[in-house]
Amino acid sequence: MSTHDKNTELERSDVPAAFEDPGLPEHRYRMGDTDPAANKRSERQVVVLFAISVLGAVGALVAYFALPLGSDPMSVRWATLGLGLGLALSLLGIGTGAVHWAKTLMSDHEVTEKRKPISSDQATRDAAVQALVDGARDSAIARRGVLKGAVLSALAIFPLTIAVPLIGSVGGDWNISKFRHTVWRKGRRLAIDPSGRPIKASDVTVGSVFHVIPDGMRDEEHWMEEKAKAVVLLVRLDERDLKGDQSPSGETWSYDGIVAYSKICTHVGCPVALYEQQTHHLLCPCHQSTFDIADGAKVVFGPANRPLPQLPITVDAEGYLVAQDDFAEPIGPSFWERLK
Amino acid sequence: MKALAARRHHRFAPVVLMLLALLATGALYAVMTPTTATADTSASAEDIEAGKQLFQANCATCHGVGAGGADEVPSLIGVGAASVNFQVSTGRMPMQASGPQAPVKPAQFTDKQVDQLAAYVASLGAGPSVPTAEMVDPALGSPSNGAALFRTNCAMCHNAVGAGGALSEGKWAPALWDTTPTNLYQAMLTGPQSMPVFNDANLTPEEKRDVISYLVEQREPSVGGLSLGSLGPVSEGLWVFVIGMGILIGFAVWIGAKSS
Amino acid sequence: MTTTQPETAVGAAADYLDQRTGIAGAVKEFARKVFPDHWSFLLGEIALYSFVVLLISGGFLTMFFVPSMGFTTYPEDSLPVTMQGVEMSEAFASTLHMSFEVRGGLLMRQIHHWAALLFMASIVTHMMRVFFTGAFRKPRELNWLVGFTLMILGLLAGFSGYSLPDDVLSGNGLRIADGVAKSIPVIGAFASYMLFGGEFPGEHIIPRLFTVHILLVPALILAFVGIHLLMVVLHKHTQYPGGGRSSKNVVGFPLFPVYVAKAGGFFFIVFGVLALMGATLSINNVWNYGPYDPSPVSAGAQPDWYMLFLEGGLRLMPGWEWVIGGFTIPINILVPGVVIPGLLFTFLALYPFIEARVTQDKSEHHVLDRPRNVPVRTALGVAFLTAFVILVLAGSNDLIATHFEMSINTITWIFRVAFFVAPVFAFMVTKRLCLALQRKDRELVLHGHEAARLVRFESGEVIEVHKPLSDQERWLRVNYQAHAPLVIEPGEDARGVRRRGYAADKRWQALSRFFYEDRIEPVTPAEIANTHGAHTAVEQSDDAPQIGH
Repeated sequence: MSTHDKNTELERSDVPAAFEDPGLPEHRYRMGDTDPAANKRSERQVVVLFAISVLGAVGALVAYFALPLGSDPMSVRWATLGLGLGLALSLLGIGTGAVHWAKTLMSDHEVTEKRKPISSDQATRDAAVQALVDGARDSAIARRGVLKGAVLSALAIFPLTIAVPLIGSVGGDWNISKFRHTVWRKGRRLAIDPSGRPIKASDVTVGSVFHVIPDGMRDEEHWMEEKAKAVVLLVRLDERDLKGDQSPSGETWSYDGIVAYSKICTHVGCPVALYEQQTHHLLCPCHQSTFDIADGAKVVFGPANRPLPQLPITVDAEGYLVAQDDFAEPIGPSFWERLK
Repeated sequence: MKALAARRHHRFAPVVLMLLALLATGALYAVMTPTTATADTSASAEDIEAGKQLFQANCATCHGVGAGGADEVPSLIGVGAASVNFQVSTGRMPMQASGPQAPVKPAQFTDKQVDQLAAYVASLGAGPSVPTAEMVDPALGSPSNGAALFRTNCAMCHNAVGAGGALSEGKWAPALWDTTPTNLYQAMLTGPQSMPVFNDANLTPEEKRDVISYLVEQREPSVGGLSLGSLGPVSEGLWVFVIGMGILIGFAVWIGAKSS
Repeated sequence: MTTTQPETAVGAAADYLDQRTGIAGAVKEFARKVFPDHWSFLLGEIALYSFVVLLISGGFLTMFFVPSMGFTTYPEDSLPVTMQGVEMSEAFASTLHMSFEVRGGLLMRQIHHWAALLFMASIVTHMMRVFFTGAFRKPRELNWLVGFTLMILGLLAGFSGYSLPDDVLSGNGLRIADGVAKSIPVIGAFASYMLFGGEFPGEHIIPRLFTVHILLVPALILAFVGIHLLMVVLHKHTQYPGGGRSSKNVVGFPLFPVYVAKAGGFFFIVFGVLALMGATLSINNVWNYGPYDPSPVSAGAQPDWYMLFLEGGLRLMPGWEWVIGGFTIPINILVPGVVIPGLLFTFLALYPFIEARVTQDKSEHHVLDRPRNVPVRTALGVAFLTAFVILVLAGSNDLIATHFEMSINTITWIFRVAFFVAPVFAFMVTKRLCLALQRKDRELVLHGHEAARLVRFESGEVIEVHKPLSDQERWLRVNYQAHAPLVIEPGEDARGVRRRGYAADKRWQALSRFFYEDRIEPVTPAEIANTHGAHTAVEQSDDAPQIGH
């Protein structure tokens, strides 16, 4: 449809309300469509690409046999690289070959296909409705109310026979009161994580930080779960820097400037372990909650709401640091019944 | 006791307290690190004198003529040769401006001058000394035990393989790729800047060597190919967009374009 | 039944098959089905092919992976040296074993992980293409929901797979998931027990995630991919606007042979690029993180990129917590962990239905929108992406801090503000930009291209010569519909009786105004005719008939 036609039309019926679709743009021929040499060249290129693929696959197989995994880490690197590059080459050869073939040698005349409306025509719809109506009438479901109720009840209740045993067991013993306790007990020694050496108060010099587990951790039945709750960070502060801790009046939870706080963040439970000895701030590398160790582990920044619970500590007769008791509150993230 | 309470407000009380604290710390160190603290005696009097000259010229402005420190500046009495060697040989000291972070710079002193400075500071009060070559030899350590220790004690700041990480308020834990074994040992022993101290009761000298062994092991090329900075999932996510999606969209454009 | 005897072997096979399946009908129907050609239509294919690569490489990995949390000691003579003699779970040990002692194992692991990241990246990019071009409009709203479900399933597949090696990094991710589960009011503690079969970490989570990762989620993905593709065939693909392309046709190339070669070839290209990445770029070297232990955590503790927005929300949220009647409600976790993703996902899922409601457009759409022609949709999309990107960046704030030498506290505060301000700003800028581009289109249609040539008349008047647009160029710029806000029936009828549902209509109308108040109508032939005579004038009035302000 040329512009000329449209202009004459314009004049005849005054100005049309809308523009008219000019139709598909004119087809542009490729070099290969007109020049047999170019066509032949494209064919050769496709052949070369598929040949590269074969070479790549052969290369990968050669690499598999020629590059064994040894006791040197570099052998793993070379084997991975050799096999991977061969694989990549064999795949990319096929891929680019096929696409190049489609682009240069297959017809590039655009085809127009008509769309049909998605919805069915009215006759089909009517027939469908009639089929359902007939079926419903046949079953007489509308008139037999009790039957309907019985069918629905049976279908609704039978899944419980699977769901109840599943739910009963999927949460283990469902004893969520375990959140409230750790294995820390009066007199239990503090030990270094992971070596398990007990710690003497005199070992903890000002400015140092100890990552602590309960002594004899590995003898616990569920030591992994217990460790997940019991890990503690031990820091000695210069007495002059220590603004306060969480000891209730009449008790002393720290020993000679040594304080022990739960390492499990009160936000979502990452191990908070990033201690800056100059500022006495403890930063959680997961979400950047910052606690002030010199001031009862109060939150100074970030998404946590509560201070880290303090482990009351003292020393035993041999000078080793021991717990006075379990934590006074559940450690770690908040949950609904935490304060109950 | 009353007399003591009255004198607590005496203007020399802080000084006396500090001296007492220093004595206590020094004594503690002497007990804790008997092998390392006594090694200092080898320094000659000339070295100490030369070190003193260097100190007066380069360090005394901040740390005071007697190295006693000031408000924000730590006293150097009792920090030991290890601390001086670490701070000066890595170029952290002298600092350009006072602040919580001492960035690494090209070292300003020769090795000999560093030793002289260390000898002078060590002479002011007993402290940890520079470790011997054997103490920091990565070949003698166990990389697997070092890895376990590093995970628990170091990775939260320095990243799992020592690529470094952020601390609060603009401070950071540096990458450990280029740190010498000696400097690694000294850093653990002395706790420079924000870093806590890992004394020999916390990490024994053998354990420190294991950590060094692990870190040196990490300098080998990654077995899987380019390490992408060893920064974990964020850099991997960035590269999947830049390289993966980038290349594939390039191919898609090629596939969708008309052939010439 | 056969009318002709097949002569060749292929013919005989086809005959055999057709007599038993009647497949000839399907071949006749589908072999020459037309698909339009555009690079952006291949984004979804990248997702599909990464999924196939995930199945292939994942199948390889399952042969060697042991989904057990039972304890073992890694052999003293196996690589890597940093793990020799270390106590670890079977899952972690088998991951090391398949990386260092199975030939091609590390390559397959790396291909698998890169493919997972690419799967999500291409899903998101494909979704952006569909959103910005309005491909979700009738009749494709349901397929948008299918695609949306696939994205959620992709997140589940990714997260469950990321956790399987039982390393320190993913273990801390699970611990965060545990913390988020615990935060749910009333049932939180039980939800945590349900996930872990007791207390965290327990001995069940890895086997459970394994089943989720290799059976449940892939089966669901496969089923939904099937529905997704079936619907694409049913609807026939959308096409970009242009001459000869309308809602009544589809212009492109036949499935066989062109698309078989192009799309089939593209599968190999996607697989090839992933193989290249797997061979040269290391990813998730779990031996660097070490076997899971509840005590350590490393700097740069982040999930894979598609979960970063959740991580970012957790990092940005101030530490608020409510205690009501003695029960704890951790707002600091619920908002970023549940409310924000809930809002973002609800917006995504419901958007096609909201837009259809405020547009009151009941017709089928098979021609895509140019994003500029629907300014508010485009602006909403950009605003959404801005919020998403800010959360992703906030999830990487520690790396931003070290790489740009900034304070992590400052960055957190900047993002806290930006999360609210930047999307609004992005919305306004994008909307203005779209309107400006539409005005430029009008300008071009009315006055043509500037030919960069001046003509001087005898009168001394100088005009710049304009070259009129070609038919194709003009059609592209005028062939769209600028929707107007809804018109609703009055609240009271002639007798003053209040109409039910008026208040709701009023609200929809307000939303519709927000969408379509500012709009630019396409040029009509009448306008061209009017300006035609004045073409010699120096400067046309370039007031587009913009409605609103």
